[in-house]
Amino acid sequence: MKDIVRVASGQGFWGDSLDAPRQQVEGGDIDYLMLDYLAEVTMSILQKQKERDPSMGYARDFVGAIESVLPGIINRGVKVIANAGGVNPPACAAAVRDLIGTESGAENVRIAVVTGDDLLDRLDELGEAGHALANMETGEPLSTIRDQVVSANAYIGSMPIVEGLSRGANIVITGRSTDTALTMAPLRFEFGWADDDWDKLAAGIIAGHIIECGAQCSGGNCLYDWKSIDNLANVGYPIAEARRDGTFVITKHDGTGGRVSVPSVTEQLVYEMGDPHEYITPDVVADFTTIRLEDAGKDRVRVHGIKGRPATDKLKVSVAYRAGYKAVGTLVYSWPEAVEKAQAADRILRERLDRLGLKFDQVLTELVGVSSTHGVLATRGDGEREVPEVQLRVGVRGDNRKDVERFTREIAPLVLNGPPSVTGFAGGRPKVEEIVAYWPALIHKSVITTNVEIV
Amino acid sequence: MKVRLLDIAHARSGDKGDTANVGVIALKPEWYPVLQQHLTQDAVADHFDGAIDGPVERFELPNLNALNFLLHGALDGGGTLSLKTDAQGKVYSTALLRMVVTVADDEAAAAGLPGYMGSQ
Repeated sequence: MKDIVRVASGQGFWGDSLDAPRQQVEGGDIDYLMLDYLAEVTMSILQKQKERDPSMGYARDFVGAIESVLPGIINRGVKVIANAGGVNPPACAAAVRDLIGTESGAENVRIAVVTGDDLLDRLDELGEAGHALANMETGEPLSTIRDQVVSANAYIGSMPIVEGLSRGANIVITGRSTDTALTMAPLRFEFGWADDDWDKLAAGIIAGHIIECGAQCSGGNCLYDWKSIDNLANVGYPIAEARRDGTFVITKHDGTGGRVSVPSVTEQLVYEMGDPHEYITPDVVADFTTIRLEDAGKDRVRVHGIKGRPATDKLKVSVAYRAGYKAVGTLVYSWPEAVEKAQAADRILRERLDRLGLKFDQVLTELVGVSSTHGVLATRGDGEREVPEVQLRVGVRGDNRKDVERFTREIAPLVLNGPPSVTGFAGGRPKVEEIVAYWPALIHKSVITTNVEIV
Repeated sequence: MKVRLLDIAHARSGDKGDTANVGVIALKPEWYPVLQQHLTQDAVADHFDGAIDGPVERFELPNLNALNFLLHGALDGGGTLSLKTDAQGKVYSTALLRMVVTVADDEAAAAGLPGYMGSQ
């Protein structure tokens, strides 16, 4: 058994740097490469793709990522764990198998495919059996939006990934697993942590939380002393160097940019955090108030002291559903009196929308350059502002697609018909976007059965 | 003495549905007690008055010299529903760091706090 296992993050989200996987594998020694493709509504995008073409429904970029690290997998035994399977893990595995094809050594590459998270075809059966899948924030039952549902997946934990690894997989492809499980699973597998070793499982989860957003813990988006953080064009993605006792060091490859420090890791720890005492996952409940951080040298932060508690008997479910349409239009107004001109244009636009009898659930106006990030906090107590320019940004949202479409045609006329000193309209008419929204629910674990297949 | 949060803390924010979370971290461990004492739930709710539609929750993480605030109703529905530029609450962090608190002169001197001369 290894004493130290190195799990590297090669992707924080779908759309992250295309180079990071290869740089992690080639930049030094790692044991596992972890790739996270699934934001909250990614499943719905993939579900729509699968509806148009049943061989789709997975993150296609993953195939390119595997191609970029294939020598590392075949020659150096680096293993890859990814939730790139989306709503079609078997198709994802097939695409990877096609890619690997007849490369020398390819026959030794085993791919584990994890399924069982997809609940879309089971929703009615579950509803009839009394599972309300109520919205965790509003309490409304799923039946309220049943006809608009596009996808439904349970967040599964680390066990199926561990099973895949124990059956010799070099690549494990899941659908909707928790992001943190992608990191915790290889540690649990390598160190043989027991199902009820809550403190160690919690440590694995926290290592996952730290590295799951890629470089956002290693110098990226870091407010602390940001000007002195160097070479972000070549930022080093993070690596969790874990030990059997559940302690670990967060670091990055030598020669890369960015900075791993107590402040950078702390900023990532508080990111997207609710009640710190209870970070709930399928495998364990982690207590963030027990985490101890210490500087362990240049770009090395040691993490220890973590405590965990037993897991709950439920899994979180992510449902994506159609929720209307939206569009955003922008125009730029210049000095002098840029803000006043933008505000006048906004009044004209809103009057036009009223006259046309258009109905929206929400019309939102922002002045980018003045108050779009901090709203009233930015303009409290200020007199008239003289800025060089300002972007008027107006968004609308509603159930009626035609009304949203008509809104998009009311932006350009303001250029000739509205206040003076306007520009920034060459991008063309704004697009109408169908909104697919997120509905979080809980379901009892007993209802979910996962399956691991080696292909 | 007036003290601006930006000068004694750093922060990172994120989202959970229509709620923005802001983790505020003392720049120096010895400044954490100042955050603990002055960044009360009410004080932060006051600061965001008019900017968010829901209540504020507060949690302490003394192990990290940090506080975590949940700002409910902050994101115009959040996620894909939101029309906001900051639909995912990524700059609520700096919105909180604008906050100015008043610290007793002797407490400020003892902790070596930087004073803030501007208007809020």
